[in-house]
Amino acid sequence: MTTLAIPLPSRPVHPSGVWGWLTTVDHKRIGILYGVTAFIMFMTGGLEALYMRAQLSVPNNDLVSPDVFNQLFTMHGTTMIFLAIMPMGAAFFNYLIPLQIGARDVAFPRLNAFSYWTFLAGAIMLTSSWFLGGAPNAGWFGYSPLTGEAYNPGHGIDFWILSLQILGIASLAAAFNFIVTIVNMRAPGMSLMRMPLFTWMTLITSFLLILAFPVITVALIELMFDRFFGTNFFVPGAGASPVLWQHLFWIFGHPEVYILILPAMGIISEVVPTFTRKPIFGYPVMVLSGVIIGFMGWMVWSHHMFTVGLGPVANSVFAITTMAIAVPTGVKIFNWMGTMWKGSIDLRTPMLFAIGFIFMFIIGGLSGVMHSSAASDAQQQDTYFVVAHIHYVLFGGSIMALASGIYYWFPKMTGRMMNEGLGKLNFWLVFIGMNMTFFPMHFLGLDGMPRRIYTYDPEMGWNTWNALSSTGAAFLALGVLVFAVNLVRSARNGEEAGADPWDGRTLEWSIPSPPPEYNFAQIPTVHDRDPFWAQKREGVRAVPVAGGSGGDDEHSIHLPQPSYWPLLSSVGLLIGAYGLMYATSSLVALSVAVIGVSITMVSIYAWSFEPVNEPDGASEH
Amino acid sequence: MRMMAEETHGQGANGDIHTGHPTPLIYFKVAMSLCAITAAEVAIFYVEALGHGIIPILIVLSAAKFILVAMFYMHLRYDSRLFSGFFVAGLVLAILVFIALLALFRVFF
Amino acid sequence: MAHAPAIAHGAEHEDTTTGLNHRKLLMWAFLGSDCMFFGTLLGTYLVYQGKSKVGPFPEDVFSIPVTSTSTFVLLMSSMSMVLAYAALTRGSMKGFRIWLFSTAILGMTFLAFQVFEFREFANHEVHFECSTPLSELTEYEKTFVSQCTDASVVVEEQHGLTPRTNLFGTTFLTLTGFHGAHVTLGVVWLLSLFFYSFKGGVRPETNLDVDLAALYWHFVDVVWIVIFTVVYLFGVFPGI
Repeated sequence: MTTLAIPLPSRPVHPSGVWGWLTTVDHKRIGILYGVTAFIMFMTGGLEALYMRAQLSVPNNDLVSPDVFNQLFTMHGTTMIFLAIMPMGAAFFNYLIPLQIGARDVAFPRLNAFSYWTFLAGAIMLTSSWFLGGAPNAGWFGYSPLTGEAYNPGHGIDFWILSLQILGIASLAAAFNFIVTIVNMRAPGMSLMRMPLFTWMTLITSFLLILAFPVITVALIELMFDRFFGTNFFVPGAGASPVLWQHLFWIFGHPEVYILILPAMGIISEVVPTFTRKPIFGYPVMVLSGVIIGFMGWMVWSHHMFTVGLGPVANSVFAITTMAIAVPTGVKIFNWMGTMWKGSIDLRTPMLFAIGFIFMFIIGGLSGVMHSSAASDAQQQDTYFVVAHIHYVLFGGSIMALASGIYYWFPKMTGRMMNEGLGKLNFWLVFIGMNMTFFPMHFLGLDGMPRRIYTYDPEMGWNTWNALSSTGAAFLALGVLVFAVNLVRSARNGEEAGADPWDGRTLEWSIPSPPPEYNFAQIPTVHDRDPFWAQKREGVRAVPVAGGSGGDDEHSIHLPQPSYWPLLSSVGLLIGAYGLMYATSSLVALSVAVIGVSITMVSIYAWSFEPVNEPDGASEH
Repeated sequence: MRMMAEETHGQGANGDIHTGHPTPLIYFKVAMSLCAITAAEVAIFYVEALGHGIIPILIVLSAAKFILVAMFYMHLRYDSRLFSGFFVAGLVLAILVFIALLALFRVFF
Repeated sequence: MAHAPAIAHGAEHEDTTTGLNHRKLLMWAFLGSDCMFFGTLLGTYLVYQGKSKVGPFPEDVFSIPVTSTSTFVLLMSSMSMVLAYAALTRGSMKGFRIWLFSTAILGMTFLAFQVFEFREFANHEVHFECSTPLSELTEYEKTFVSQCTDASVVVEEQHGLTPRTNLFGTTFLTLTGFHGAHVTLGVVWLLSLFFYSFKGGVRPETNLDVDLAALYWHFVDVVWIVIFTVVYLFGVFPGI
């Protein structure tokens, strides 16, 4: 029962329109919100990249100043990782996990909404830095002492710190939710070893999230205290070590890259079997390799620091562990290939992107293994060779897998197919563009071109590759544009998809497209891996209309009620963060910070007293 | 009439693992152990002759306190192993990662 | 007095895949995650231990008798917490409220000790008579010996420990400060439950709410167990 004295709007019962979206706790809507926002941020990060490629297309260019260039590469990296790839993954977790495990929603629907709104708050805060005095400019990894007050007195780094903290809260909330959901809300009969691989990878990723984010949270707190309160965490004059920042950052940062790739691998593990009409080769090994990658991801972090001077023992240990982690990763590649072997391969767009992923990820993995040798990394570190590696695994890897997933699950989410012709055009433009942009970077790196430089002299011998790379970026941009067009057109009048357009294997294909609010009219009982494939062989067909026959009465299905407290909590965080930004120099800002934090505290308090559902389904004061 | 936990589950002074409910007496005994161990830690701290030797001793003693609180007060001894799993995962990872960090900073050598 | 059957907690009887309650699972996942949070703070402290360039250093400010007392207080609060929960599941609302309130009081006492300690540290004075033999001075005090022109001089200087003073101040106060923040949140939670119980919001059947608060409270206690040993007791060694 709510006991607040202030008169408040009543809890929404069946809100429609914008208020419906703002107060939704439905995982499918939250997934769509994540997906749309993440795509917009992807294009923002892409614009930042295009600016850089334009600047670097010819030597001694002056399209942007060095200072703006520093902001561009910082924002490009931070945006792509935290505002594009991770939330796009979250979009899939949100939409699919309940559907794949046979549940009606996640364990904590309001917490789920909160994680989206908080993500949006972080996205707004970070992006607004461009317009509020300058974006952060010290790289996405923010090395000390460059990020300290002494070398970076403006507010850019403060935006970076506060935005990442907000985004961290969002990621943590989501990860806790998915762990409990996957562990505790599976349909009867769905043991862990019968779960879809995407669900498995989501579970492992969620554990990585809840264990890695606290580390960066503390590191950012320490940096913030140095900048705001004059503490000594990274002040060499007080005896501190900037290398500590690097350690703390990469203890988070390396698990983070597995957070970026495991969901992508999960998507591929769904698409390849479906488009090969065979079960995944070696399911238990695919699960085990994911778990092993999750464990070993904690043992390799100093391979980002081979050139820092940690000493031969440290370098050797981390080189060995890094080489070792290639094994479970490589195993997955073999298993996808084993799945395709003698399969009936359907080369429509989702499969094109999946095969593209495998190909590109192998290349990215190979350059990664080259980095694993501390000796050869000494030449490659801080050169474009690393940029090549990153983009092969993150663009060729994560992004292509996410694209595959979008083409694959778009029909489920909207009830319409994406255009296959545009899809193929999209794929080839992206594939050619991607390779044209990033393959030359291997050569640039080995030829000595450093990272993060805003221009270069014509005599360095880098002109041709840079020009080629920038041309490739134009193709990439075109490909993304085609994708956006395809997305919008198909959503409006794409060909109607049924419940099961791909002859799928997992439970989400057994319900209508788009799914009814309650997902399953009747919670299925699972007897096999690929439960829907098994059901179809037994003669069960996809349910063609909402409700279906023999299911629970729609009116007897109780879904969690919408709420505005999650939204308010996030709004409070955003206001509080903006206030905190300027609080050490302005009393007004300090008051704003206090107000913001108070809004959050009150909202969380009210939320905790609000039942999941009001007793009579109607709101009460 | 009040029903006492121990009457319902017919357990002795040691608490019954299977029905998962220690008695207030157990709780009190744990509290006394915690005090005694703390007293011992402080006493050992003042024994200058041990020098750096107090380090392993105190680690063992505080680990004992940690385990007592986790097993009895936090009820892990009586609850599902999944809870212990979640907690121990974070705890062990933290210990290993930060020992590695200290090693990298040559804290031990 | 309400007659309520004793409720076994943690028993696998909920309508979930594991039979365990969602929120309890969430709390344990959170506590595992919080281990990494405190691990990072403690790791930072230990990396920098003994590396401060200026004093005061731990041996100058730590008072083991005082901190032992606050440690004892926090340990006792865990006992009262667990007795509160036991009373609730037994149906004894009065016992529950008494023990719960005691826990909150003990928690606030611990916080008072912390505030007292931090203020003492901030007002730390180097104070010794020059007649004191060198072997009885701390390393930091020895750095002031140059002021001892003769045995009758008394060295007296204000050298407080703040987060800005040195690495020790920065790392120690941040670590214990965040622990204190966790305790504060816990006290607010406990007091909320206390007042809510007067409105009938806490009943033996809803004992999970108290169970969750108790788990959080005990966690905060075990973190302190680690801090007391590793920071305070080991603080006597300038660099491990």
